[in-house]
Amino acid sequence: MLVLEPTIDLQWPPDDWSRIPYAIYTDPAIYAREMERFFYRDHWCYVGLAAEIPNPGDFKRSAVGERSVILTRDRDGAIHVVENRCAHRGVQFCQENFGNRKTLVCPYHQWSYDLKGNLIGLPYRKGVKQGDRVNGGMPEDFQLAEFGLEKLNVQVYNGVVFASFDFGLPPVESFLGPEIRRFYERIFDGRELVVHGYSRQRIPGNWKLMQENIKDPYHPGLLHTWFVTFGLWRADMKSTLYVDERGRHAAMTGARTEGAKSEITEGVTSFKEKMQLNDDRVLDIVFEPWWQGLTATLLTIFPSVIIQQQVNSLSTRHIVPRGPDAFDFVWTHFGFADDTPEMKRRRLRQANLFGPAGYVSADDGEVIEFSQRGFRQHEGRSTVVELDGRGTGGADHTVTETLIRSMYRYYREVMEV
Amino acid sequence: MIAGRLTIEDRLAIEDLYAAYVAALDERRYDDWLALFTEDCSYRLVSRENYERGLELSLLAFESKGMLQDRIFGIRETLFHEPYYQRHLIANFVFTPDDGAIAVQANYVVIRTKPAQPSEVYNTGRSRDRIVPTPDGFRFAERVCVFDSELILNSLIYPI
Repeated sequence: MLVLEPTIDLQWPPDDWSRIPYAIYTDPAIYAREMERFFYRDHWCYVGLAAEIPNPGDFKRSAVGERSVILTRDRDGAIHVVENRCAHRGVQFCQENFGNRKTLVCPYHQWSYDLKGNLIGLPYRKGVKQGDRVNGGMPEDFQLAEFGLEKLNVQVYNGVVFASFDFGLPPVESFLGPEIRRFYERIFDGRELVVHGYSRQRIPGNWKLMQENIKDPYHPGLLHTWFVTFGLWRADMKSTLYVDERGRHAAMTGARTEGAKSEITEGVTSFKEKMQLNDDRVLDIVFEPWWQGLTATLLTIFPSVIIQQQVNSLSTRHIVPRGPDAFDFVWTHFGFADDTPEMKRRRLRQANLFGPAGYVSADDGEVIEFSQRGFRQHEGRSTVVELDGRGTGGADHTVTETLIRSMYRYYREVMEV
Repeated sequence: MIAGRLTIEDRLAIEDLYAAYVAALDERRYDDWLALFTEDCSYRLVSRENYERGLELSLLAFESKGMLQDRIFGIRETLFHEPYYQRHLIANFVFTPDDGAIAVQANYVVIRTKPAQPSEVYNTGRSRDRIVPTPDGFRFAERVCVFDSELILNSLIYPI
């Protein structure tokens, strides 16, 4: 096996997660090892929702790490995930985001595959007749079965499709662990899902910064003025943070407090006490029984996805790395098949808060871009992650960076750095 | 406007409305921009992907002049972002009189320039608007910008 060694010495003291070297966000050798160890083995990666391909023949183009993959639904209704790369000449043949086909055909030499990824035919396999002779053709021992598309391991877990190039994984349930699974199943309990649409953005920062952003309850009450003003996220809110046994996945959960001036907002320069909405329908929040009292649950499933419930707004956010300095962030907004038209409208209205233009997430992309610029400008420096001490694990408040430290405990173990 | 027919003067007045619209946005005169909408206006910025597949999610979806005002407040006071210039180019107008209003379609390109950065194509697509005559002149009753751009370049703060 090819072992990639980092090109620079990180000088990362053992068992320290309170400092994170800038190099892990910028170094190409580190990045290559992350792709291999996090995205291509040992981890389930999010690729989509089953509701996106409801009919036989439907397909969706998605990605696992940097590798383009295709989700298909075959005639029996089963979902498959295959790599978007022709077995013949390596062509990334699927160029559409969505569609419906009976077979997958590479345009270059028309090798065709069924919806499970099996090679079912190719032109001139037996050669081409010219007069009384036959020219060319594949060798006698050529077996179609040996040249299918690369198939991925797939598990559809309550409507969400996970895939991996690794076939030696435990089920998604055990990958998540019992506590994270509890919050996952709170949203995905097997109910039928309806997709409301997509937002796609390219963020010029390292992919891990998005995982960290959603494991960081320190920033929302400071960066996101909207949250503070309307009590959707405040430093004094009732909040519990959970982390899986290994430190990789997390759940930030909280219950809304009424927005008002208090000593917590004193000194927060972004707080706008007098801010009032001219049209407050974007905050027409209606409690749903399945919330179990929690108005926000943000799940970071390492390495590939964030699952968000913020009041009535629901989305998955897929992380697709594009080199150490950028990633694509694909938002899939959804609701439930039994939503009333009013609830659907409400979910769509609250979507104004989220996504690349959202009141409380456009600025996350901005600060991630600025972080990456900082990392690039001074090699050898580190970030400081010391809020609430230097330990790891969960917490019962928001004034902490423990989830980021937990992620780096896991990161160092797997990356051997 | 005479009985569902659009005069040359109407067309010129509507083109002037668009010129005023882009000048207000490009010069960050958001109150002037807001004044070009009717009270019960709507504004939608939606990806071509969602629009053509009949998916209702928009990047921005405002259902009243109040929501537009709230966005302006967000831009000025709450949304942390690196400032940038916008430069709108609008062309290829198609005017269709429609029950007292005028449906107007046009292609657009928005070029973004950040401080100390080269200019870049930021957002491009086609607008599908409904313009109505008011005592103050033509105004936007409905504006829908359907953008081709498959990836937003990080964030989108100002309206298109």
